[in-house]
Amino acid sequence: MKLKQLECLLGHLQQFSNPKAENSFDDISNKVVADFGCGCGTLGAAAALLGAEQVIGIDIDSQSLGIASMNAENLELDIDFVQCDISNLGWRGQIVDTVVMNPPFGTRKKGADIDFLFVALKVASEAVYSLHKTSTRDHVKRAALRDLNASSAEVLCELRFDVPQLYKFHKKKEVDIAVDLWRFVPKRSRGENINVGVRCPLD
Amino acid sequence: MRLLTHNILSSNIKGVTNGFPLGIEVEKVVEKQVEINHDFLRNIFPKIDWKAFSDASKIMGYVELPEEAPEPSVLDSDLDFLRKFHHALLELHLEEGALVCPQTGRKFPVNKGIPNMLLHEDEV
Repeated sequence: MKLKQLECLLGHLQQFSNPKAENSFDDISNKVVADFGCGCGTLGAAAALLGAEQVIGIDIDSQSLGIASMNAENLELDIDFVQCDISNLGWRGQIVDTVVMNPPFGTRKKGADIDFLFVALKVASEAVYSLHKTSTRDHVKRAALRDLNASSAEVLCELRFDVPQLYKFHKKKEVDIAVDLWRFVPKRSRGENINVGVRCPLD
Repeated sequence: MRLLTHNILSSNIKGVTNGFPLGIEVEKVVEKQVEINHDFLRNIFPKIDWKAFSDASKIMGYVELPEEAPEPSVLDSDLDFLRKFHHALLELHLEEGALVCPQTGRKFPVNKGIPNMLLHEDEV
């Protein structure tokens, strides 16, 4: 991730550290936070800087994880990283308090963003913070409340992302996207062992 | 990878019903000091699978933890126990080695502290 992108994202995250929802700070400070699809580790790093006690970053790509490791080290942050496919996560119980994530937007692989949300709501015991395209707002809300066992789903703020041409499938040099920052609260179920080898029910 | 993470991860291979805890093969353990947070330790203590944790810490070379989980009241007064709990949970890192599925024996390599839990096609 380029320095400019990191600055941009951290800038947006500064916004959400002074949020409307008064709970947000409690969801991070002194808690165990997981960053799903962590990429270069930006969100996890932000969580650590905002006072998370322990952060675990998960991503499928070893190159990203290598960069994430380096970023964490440079920022003198203690973050554990795991290389794993989110849809095949072997994960026990409710140790993780909060999941933060910037999931794939589901433009290329349809429903990828909802797949991530499905897993996040199973793993988090307190809250899930997630970024989804504003254009999908109604769909995300419906999916979260009706199908994914969320007890609440709230848009905290709307952000604008300048996404530069990062991947081969990006056709334009740069694109401006409206993105919602969501806070979801899972319905509690104590002590269950989660084996997320099950495909998302919305497929 | 810290033992906190080890206490969460389980084998994700298709058909495995008994995937936790993962076995550990140690090639290199690194100790990194972290500031102790007593409140955090008190909050996380009831969520830890103690047997898995204490067994894992022995494999990592740290033998100071009790076999049985102590009474939660110990956390209020016993600073020595809190220090040991903190050290084993957060300061021991498996840098190189492997995690092992307890049911199939399949090894998940750990390199530079990062476990690789990616499955092969026939394991999904």
